[in-house]
Amino acid sequence: MTALSTKHLLGIKDLTPDDIHLILDTAESFKEVINRPIKKVPSLRDITIANLFFENSTRTKLSFELAEKRLSADVINFAASSSSVKKGETLIDTVNNILAMKVDMVVMRHPNPGAAVFLSKHIDAKIVNAGDGAHEHPTQALLDAFSIREKLGSVKGKKIAIIGDILHSRVALSNIFCLQKLGAEVMVCGPTTLMPKYIASLGVRVEHNLRKALEWCDVANMLRIQLERQDIKYFPSLREYTMLFGLNKEILDSLSKEIVIMHPGPINRGVEITSDVADSEQSIILEQVENGVAVRMAVLFLLAGRG
Amino acid sequence: MMKPRIILDSKHFEITVTRLCYQLIEVHNDFSNTVIIGLQPRGIYLAKRIQAKLQEILKKKDIKCGSLDITFYRDDFRKKGLVPNRTEIDFIIEEKNVVMVDDVLFTGRTIRAGLDAMLAFGRPNDVELLVLIDRRLSRHLPIQAKYVGKTIDSIISEKVVVEWKETDKGDKVTLISN
Repeated sequence: MTALSTKHLLGIKDLTPDDIHLILDTAESFKEVINRPIKKVPSLRDITIANLFFENSTRTKLSFELAEKRLSADVINFAASSSSVKKGETLIDTVNNILAMKVDMVVMRHPNPGAAVFLSKHIDAKIVNAGDGAHEHPTQALLDAFSIREKLGSVKGKKIAIIGDILHSRVALSNIFCLQKLGAEVMVCGPTTLMPKYIASLGVRVEHNLRKALEWCDVANMLRIQLERQDIKYFPSLREYTMLFGLNKEILDSLSKEIVIMHPGPINRGVEITSDVADSEQSIILEQVENGVAVRMAVLFLLAGRG
Repeated sequence: MMKPRIILDSKHFEITVTRLCYQLIEVHNDFSNTVIIGLQPRGIYLAKRIQAKLQEILKKKDIKCGSLDITFYRDDFRKKGLVPNRTEIDFIIEEKNVVMVDDVLFTGRTIRAGLDAMLAFGRPNDVELLVLIDRRLSRHLPIQAKYVGKTIDSIISEKVVVEWKETDKGDKVTLISN
């Protein structure tokens, strides 16, 4: 297979397993490219990409921008906080105005679930979803799968536990879809209040005991508590959350096997994960960040290649 | 459809590769300041073959040979779906003489992309091109090979197929006309 089955990257849900394998294989080539003395290739020199961030981001925004520049694309950046969105302009108007300046691709993060799908139905450019509310964050799931594959050789048959704030996490949903399509077993673990009601219908195991989850898995993906999305109190205190669901060196060392630790960032050090675990040999958190650039280059390259 | 015409059979294939090696030795002596770079996907078989033959003739084991993928440098990746291959150049090409190797020189576009891709690894002293088959009448760019296994006159609609014993039934070059 040499081309993606989809014109946009709106979510992992729309991708076939072949699509995911193609993206990960292409990303491997790009990882070699970004470790060269000259880290740039001219593939997208005729493409202009707009990065529209209607919500704050550090890693994803920098990672996309770097990926675009490494592919020689022209890049324009847009942050909602400093734009006419504040004056009441609608999403379609904002984007159509940007497209009138001859933009070929749009990378968008938006606080509303479905914003990327909505946009793809109304405008001409190719859309890459860089996170839409608590719905999907496809490039994060792809880079997580890439990192697991790189560390363990394959994703198929591996046991992956996603631990923490599942309810507010777009990373969790995209990861579940992605890992299942690649043949992994997935478990979600967290307090009952942070677990979506019908999560088991996705075919994942549900666990509320951190130690049991860690004993089961090969890889633990620790999620951040998303305080900014929590409109009510979901647990009594951060201190209590940390005591029950925080990962520290003591628990990690007491497990019967060595597991791989991941975190999509930003880390709340001392809440869901302690510093000594985040910085330990078992953690691949910084590899995830490096792989993020390669995976995003692969996504942009393959979408641009689809005429 | 006409019958495929054999341009090189396995015996002549071997003779041609050996001749190319001696031509290289004439210019590059013991290969102490020269490296070989094969272009992915099909040039690497010839590059490896030449490396092995040179090592046999020169009785040395350290002739350097890398593989270069040019997918990201092509000007037609949006017209054809192209899957990238591995680039493995684990030596320095700065100030070295480079022999770039491909199986068939056709329009010259692959070599153009190869030159661009190679420059990401440094500034070589001198670059030469070696090809097994030169389809001399179908060039789109002003690119010529210094070492040529066999020159053929063919038209665009004809197809040159190079088979390798590493991946196919044996070494063979055929011309197929539609």
